[in-house]
Amino acid sequence: MIETHELTKHFKDVKAVQGVDLAVAPGELVALLGPNGAGKSTTLRMLTTLIPPTSGTARVAGFDVVRRQREVRLRIGYIGQGNGAGHSQRGRDELISQGRAYGLRVPEARRRAGELIDSLDLGEVADRTVSTLSGGQRRRLDIAMGLIHAPELLFLDEPSTGLDPQNRANLQEHILELRRRHGTTIVLTTHYLDEADSMAERVVVIDHGRIVADDTPAALKATHVGDRIVLGFDHETDATAAAARVAAGSVERQGLTVVVTVPGAPRLVPDLLEDLRSAGTPVASVEVVRPTLDDVFLKLTGRSLREGGAAGARTGDLVEA
Amino acid sequence: MSNLVTDTGVVFSRELRPMLRNPFTVVFSMVQPLVFLGLFAPLLPDDLSLQWFVPGIVVMSCLFGTSMTGSNLLFEIQTGSHERMLVTPLRRPALLIGRALKEIVPVLAQAALIVALCLPFGFELHLAGTLLGLVILAVFCLGLGALSYTLALAAKNQEWLFWTVQQTLLFPLLLLAGMLLPIGNGPGWLQSLSKWNPLTYVVDAERALFNGEIWTAATATGALAAAVVAAVGLLVGARAMQRSD
Repeated sequence: MIETHELTKHFKDVKAVQGVDLAVAPGELVALLGPNGAGKSTTLRMLTTLIPPTSGTARVAGFDVVRRQREVRLRIGYIGQGNGAGHSQRGRDELISQGRAYGLRVPEARRRAGELIDSLDLGEVADRTVSTLSGGQRRRLDIAMGLIHAPELLFLDEPSTGLDPQNRANLQEHILELRRRHGTTIVLTTHYLDEADSMAERVVVIDHGRIVADDTPAALKATHVGDRIVLGFDHETDATAAAARVAAGSVERQGLTVVVTVPGAPRLVPDLLEDLRSAGTPVASVEVVRPTLDDVFLKLTGRSLREGGAAGARTGDLVEA
Repeated sequence: MSNLVTDTGVVFSRELRPMLRNPFTVVFSMVQPLVFLGLFAPLLPDDLSLQWFVPGIVVMSCLFGTSMTGSNLLFEIQTGSHERMLVTPLRRPALLIGRALKEIVPVLAQAALIVALCLPFGFELHLAGTLLGLVILAVFCLGLGALSYTLALAAKNQEWLFWTVQQTLLFPLLLLAGMLLPIGNGPGWLQSLSKWNPLTYVVDAERALFNGEIWTAATATGALAAAVVAAVGLLVGARAMQRSD
């Protein structure tokens, strides 16, 4: 569905995207994760024909994004960071105009608009002026507009930025439902870790315009970070003896605490506790810490995504991440 | 199958929709011309009649409303609406032509309102000439709208730039076209400057046509000036839209 080769974009002296090779198969739901300014949106804007690449190539829905723009545009839906509906327009009018822009005849566009208004719970606000709608309602209207022509491939650029947690959950539900029902291929960008974690079966981590990792959230965590078993002891001698005894993973001791980093920790813990007890170094407390995508990001780039998000001065990042 | 004409139709009807939903908005951009009509016309010297003044006010309402229209696009660039239109398969020139064409509708409605308002005060309506005058005005308005959108595309995220340029050009163009007072009484340098203003020829043509004088040189030069403005506006506008991201 998407295939890029060495996709690159430079703005004057900023190297926004530097040689991205990305392949997305039909039906996949892929999240591009990275801090603000990592090159996620620029990548998306190239894939949606909004800006031409500086070098490299991209084929989207079977067509080259530079030479066959129109063919690409006919087949994709795009929901940008802003609001797609004109503020002085009514939601339903905008949906119908949008349908006509994709070549639907008026009755067909009207019918599709009605369907989408129903399925996105916009019935009560569809005939009001867009400027009077709440942020969540506008975002749902954006989604409806992106879907008017039932595209096989949908791009969403930071779909839930600026929404409250309830509206975000609601929006994510709509996106997942869309996929279940129509098998739409979905590519979204986000800097919300939990969003990438819970929605996407594939996360592409982007930093400084390059792909630094590309896998399922679970595999990313297992490969790059692993689980941590934090063992507490009452006596330092016990801790020292235990640290020497544990064979699995990598072991670190700090005072009364021993940290074992190992994949698949929850299944190892019972045996581990049993073994340490029988060795005469009983464990006083235990905690299993599962890695987050932020741990993955920290490991891969040396920086926390949370800080990156906060530096982007978008309120909510710290709380939400 | 879609083509440039149907694409333009889609954009035109989208632009027109809010006005059809709320026709009262037509009056908003008319406030200034109406102020000039009510408070300036009574100050005119005796040899300048309402018959002379009204065509200028009709052109003025076109100038005020249409030169500002780029600000609508500017707003849509900022909110994300424009971006969404750019991703659709609509042909880029249609995004400009459809918008510019829409400007003709409020201008014609405003012209009709102004004429209707002035009839009780002794303004004589010469229908054939007036209709031809409005055709010329529509062509001029198309070009002016396209130029206003071009300015918006060039200004992009700098709203102040749009308004600075628009406001800086507006009054010199208006005064140099002899819209409020005849240029003929002015000094030579002002008259020469006026000859470089395409709006001068449009205003002269409207004066002749609204007075029922159809077959005059003024009609021809006015039509030519309007056509040149339209051609230039659409050309640079379509190019700017093609490059828009």
